[in-house]
Amino acid sequence: MKAFTMKRFASVLVLGTALMTGCEAPPPESVQRGYRGTGMEALYNPDTLQELVNANQVPAAIPAVSSEGPKAGDIYQNVEVLGHLSVGEFTRLMAAITQWVSPDQGCNYCHVAGEGFEADTLYTKKVARVMIAMTQNANENWGAHVGGAGVTCYTCHRGNNVPEQVWTIGVPPRRAENMGHMMQNVAHQESSVYTSLPIDPFTPYLLEDGVARAQGDTALPQGHEASIQSTEHIYSLMMHYSDALGVNCTHCHNSRAFGSWEESNSERVQAWHGQQMVKEMNNAYINPTNDWLPAHRQGPLGDAQKVNCATCHQGAYQPLLGANMLADYPNLGALAPEPEAAPAAMEETPAPMEMETSSLDQGVMGGEAN
Amino acid sequence: MSMLSFEKKYRVRGGTLIGGDLFDFWIGPFWVGFFGVTTAFFAFLGTGLLIYGAAIGPTWNVWQISIAPPDLSYGLSMAPLREGGLWQIITICAVGAFGSWALRQVEISRKLGMGLHIPFAFSFAIFAYVTLVIIRPVLLGAWGHGFPYGILSHLDWVSNVGYQFLHFHYNPAHMIAVTFFFTTALALSMHGSLILMATDPREGETVKTGEHENTFFRDSIGYSVGALGIHRVGVFVAISAAFWSAVCIVISGPFWTRGWPEWWNWWLELPVWY
Repeated sequence: MKAFTMKRFASVLVLGTALMTGCEAPPPESVQRGYRGTGMEALYNPDTLQELVNANQVPAAIPAVSSEGPKAGDIYQNVEVLGHLSVGEFTRLMAAITQWVSPDQGCNYCHVAGEGFEADTLYTKKVARVMIAMTQNANENWGAHVGGAGVTCYTCHRGNNVPEQVWTIGVPPRRAENMGHMMQNVAHQESSVYTSLPIDPFTPYLLEDGVARAQGDTALPQGHEASIQSTEHIYSLMMHYSDALGVNCTHCHNSRAFGSWEESNSERVQAWHGQQMVKEMNNAYINPTNDWLPAHRQGPLGDAQKVNCATCHQGAYQPLLGANMLADYPNLGALAPEPEAAPAAMEETPAPMEMETSSLDQGVMGGEAN
Repeated sequence: MSMLSFEKKYRVRGGTLIGGDLFDFWIGPFWVGFFGVTTAFFAFLGTGLLIYGAAIGPTWNVWQISIAPPDLSYGLSMAPLREGGLWQIITICAVGAFGSWALRQVEISRKLGMGLHIPFAFSFAIFAYVTLVIIRPVLLGAWGHGFPYGILSHLDWVSNVGYQFLHFHYNPAHMIAVTFFFTTALALSMHGSLILMATDPREGETVKTGEHENTFFRDSIGYSVGALGIHRVGVFVAISAAFWSAVCIVISGPFWTRGWPEWWNWWLELPVWY
């Protein structure tokens, strides 16, 4: 009898511990995302939310300086993307970038001591130039996604040389010979948000031109075809969107009709523009740097580390919870005025993306992008 | 309605919980009882309010009629009638009607000197409903977390709540509940088939008894749970399906706010793998 009680006590203890470690305590914070009773809601654990707030504090801005006076391009040599700034603004931005990207290494992360500032000796300096242009382009041309808050170097870098959340083209998982993997069914992959879904949803949609649209627009299947593979790729990509923003599917969709723009929240349109923006960032800015990146800045297949939603958002529905750092650093708000000053990498920039809404409805992502 | 000749024998007084002899009578085939009266009251009032809600709503299309709970901003307070208050009163009526029905089952069981198995089993269905519209909303802090009363709208709610957790099939209690639902269907179909095999013989064969039934399962899977046992199995799998359904939704939100796939990381992060 005593042994039985002990056993029961022990099993309750084990079960209880297992339950407690896998659980959160009520009540969570809740946000209504649609008409009452639709079940469109977001739930947040207050502790997790507090951690998110703590992790998204904006560093104090360096005091603003005058835009008057001689231009940086006239005073310094080899200034391509920031030549239109005053010397004061230019110096202030350099100091800010050092604080945001290489607080430990300082100026020498990009400039070699003893050499002139104009030398392009280090790859880091060349990358910085491309990244500044990329940031300016996002703020000038992708307002539909970045809105008024815009982006700065800090949005992604947060004091790191390379943003913490970047991606490279996926490597097939190890499997016994003749065992299919279909690039999925891999445990503990953050890229598929811990599901059995494909582990590289980024290549088809954030690098190539895959259209994330598997659902038919008729109640019954009438000629519409989408493979299970492409459907799961899209599900995986959507899992990434959710994970990167710390939201769930109902942030954008009413799941009764995922494809219906009328029943979706406006954030879905913003997300669509974000997909096009990220695709441009990866193709027009990041990929060209791969020619001179060192191996330790490349993925296992030798490609550059690329941008996805998490690179900026880092778990927040708006990067830095919507803080407007661009207001303090307006010099990052637009590209340099003379296009002929663009770096070599920029010459391969394709024509601006077609932004007509009609292109939303074009085609279905087929197997070729898988 | 007429009464069968032997039914009179069972129309005995007593067994009531409330009201003594006052409501201890039959209307046609139906025994009334105090809880019969409360069941009728709540059912008529609730149904009337549903129809009223449809009348002030945008459609008479029976598929699209929906009585939605209040906005989350009302928290756990009462909302105006047209902004979810109707849903709140209908919920009270529903709980009242379902609870009354279960207690009427108790009274009838007592009257007949039988066990309380049916009200016990039915209370699991009530528990699942109460979990959805009372326990979980209270734990989350707003009536607005309940599901809307509408044929299609409640399915849309189920879909969206599933997607609040990114992939609901990773919910461990949902897995258990689904398994019990399928097992219930399997057990019922096998039991029904077995009874028909034994008692509905083809032309020229005789009706078989329990030994034939037992032998069929001993021959096929080496064990027969027996004539009484199969009904215990049936009650167990059926109430387990309802119970784990309630668990799977009450843990979604009050006890876990993120995607269900991520929940399984506790397994992947057990120190035994390293």
